[in-house]
Amino acid sequence: MRDALVILKKDLAIEWRTKESLTSVFVLGVLLTIVLTMAHDAPAASAPGLVPAVLWTSFVFTGLLGVQRAFLLERENDCLAGLLTAPIDAGAIYLGKLAANLVLLTATQLVVVPLTGLFLHVDLLPVLAGLCLALLLGNVGFAALATLFAAVAARTRAREVMLPLLLLPLLVPLLIGAVSLTRDVLAGGLAEAGMAVNVLAAFDVVFGVAGWLLFAYVVRD
Amino acid sequence: MRSPAVSATGVCRTLAGTPVLDGVDLEVAPGEVVALLGPNGAGKTTLLRVLALLLRPTAGRIALFGLDAADAPPVLRRRIGWVGHESACYPDLTAAENLAFYARLFRLDDPARRVADALAWADLAGTGRRPVRAFSRGMAQRLALARAFLHAPDLLLLDEPFTGLDREGVARLQEKLAALARAGHAVVLATHDVDRVHPVATSTAILHRGRIAWTHEGAAEKTILAAAWTTVVTTGTA
Amino acid sequence: MRRLLPAAATLAMVAALWMVFLGVPTESEMGVVQRIFYFHVSAAWTAFVAFFVVAGASVAYLRTGSPGADRLAAASAEVGVLFCTLVLVTGPIWARPIWGVWWTWDPRLTMTVILWVIYVSYLVLRAFGGADEAVRRWAAVLGVVGVLDIPIINVSVRLLPGIHPAVIVRREGGSGLADPTMRLGLAVSVVAVLLLAAWFVSLRVRMQRVADEAAELRRLALAERGEVA
Repeated sequence: MRDALVILKKDLAIEWRTKESLTSVFVLGVLLTIVLTMAHDAPAASAPGLVPAVLWTSFVFTGLLGVQRAFLLERENDCLAGLLTAPIDAGAIYLGKLAANLVLLTATQLVVVPLTGLFLHVDLLPVLAGLCLALLLGNVGFAALATLFAAVAARTRAREVMLPLLLLPLLVPLLIGAVSLTRDVLAGGLAEAGMAVNVLAAFDVVFGVAGWLLFAYVVRD
Repeated sequence: MRSPAVSATGVCRTLAGTPVLDGVDLEVAPGEVVALLGPNGAGKTTLLRVLALLLRPTAGRIALFGLDAADAPPVLRRRIGWVGHESACYPDLTAAENLAFYARLFRLDDPARRVADALAWADLAGTGRRPVRAFSRGMAQRLALARAFLHAPDLLLLDEPFTGLDREGVARLQEKLAALARAGHAVVLATHDVDRVHPVATSTAILHRGRIAWTHEGAAEKTILAAAWTTVVTTGTA
Repeated sequence: MRRLLPAAATLAMVAALWMVFLGVPTESEMGVVQRIFYFHVSAAWTAFVAFFVVAGASVAYLRTGSPGADRLAAASAEVGVLFCTLVLVTGPIWARPIWGVWWTWDPRLTMTVILWVIYVSYLVLRAFGGADEAVRRWAAVLGVVGVLDIPIINVSVRLLPGIHPAVIVRREGGSGLADPTMRLGLAVSVVAVLLLAAWFVSLRVRMQRVADEAAELRRLALAERGEVA
């Protein structure tokens, strides 16, 4: 959809100009990785087993932060009203924001994933393809729901609490699937990927479509 | 006979439990400039937002250009230009970038020229790479207006458009509104500032407690207005 | 209808209580504790039905804006959470004597926890989402999304590692009741709990409608006097 692309480019332009969210999300991602690595007391031999959990915990928290900003930036100067008075579908706004969130998530992961491999003594290069698949599937699902509910949370009073409160319970199956797939992939590359792929794919499709259809109800008064 | 630009009957809208609009009847013909007056809390901002299809009325019907506005179809939104209390422009982008963004959303042909013309009208051509965040109040207001005029909408809904404008800016806006009216566009302008809207208004309406309490053909003289106002406040209608 | 439902619910519950404590035979493996199973399963089914009602009412609210649909969604969510809590309470009570542990992350219990949290967050959104009337719309969106998540949760919890296999076998075998009296007992319990839940929902919906009307009257009265609510 052309309008979604226009919105995506606009969001990326703003992000590039200020580098505000990019920096804070990057820094948070790195910090979380360090903290989570420090926090475990597993011996070095079993550290690699922690990789899926560390990765996805860190992504969820950085994702929550990053996604909030997508709608906070529309609150300044009542820009959301500008979008809503334009002759575009609410679904286009959803897709544009979703894509922007995906870009931000992926950019952070480019830094956090190698760092995690480094800290937990895991060589990620041989399983890179599988890892990328796991990340892609997980990111899309996360962004699909997070974009929908960030729009909700942005208008409530306790918005920093409301977003994780609403989102995390719904994300549990995604997390289970993502961690499971990551673990399978680390064990033996793409070949090992099992049912987890189906779970993630189903999640992505169901909530991508649901988000696209329901977004209008969230954002239009 | 052309259909009226706006035909609102019995429009109600509740916000946070209170009925802000309580049965508004308003008709605006193409080429009219309606000065919508009323104290704070009368519902002017809400009415404009409802007409701009940003808010759905809780009761009543709205037809724009003869078409039912209930579902806020894009074909109608294309013909509406709205300016609210805030500029609806992204503070980290430049004026040109903001206008180019909206030009793309409105699928305008020859966007570059139209953006340039809009910037020229708003006297912002020299801002270059300065982000909107760094603009003065007057500059931001001119940009907001330029954004609304960009796609040459048939219906303009302006909420306190004179705020922040200096004398030059006011004159430019008045000139633009008069030109638009002559070309058959309709304007609904909500304001406190009776003096500034006087030169361009072709009719006046007072909004009181969520209803249109008084209308007047032509721009109302201050004395007439004052009398009407006292009547409205004491009796509820005039 | 108003009098029929409480009467039916009461009768059914009495019948269920009789069945469960006196009517059905004691289960050979697990003993008397197994009797809690009838209410545990009934509460689980009821919670599920309640959550589906939330979704249905939410869709109706989104499409029509009917305040009745919204009240039904809110009431069903509350009752659903109530019975979901009962499932989570009766589960450990049943588990402790049988398996020696208070809790286990077996698929069905895990799913129940997740659902519980989702609908608790629904209630939190309604309670603390702010005065904006859009809250009802957002809650409706959450109600729909929650139900869409159920099948996915169902499949994903089987991916969880380290589930005690014996637990699964026992739990899966739980509903394969051999004895016809037991099956009857289960059927009666399910119907009884469903009726009870329906009664609770109808009470709650009525309460809310009266509260809404009172608020509206109050506002009108104040408006008459020229004051704002």
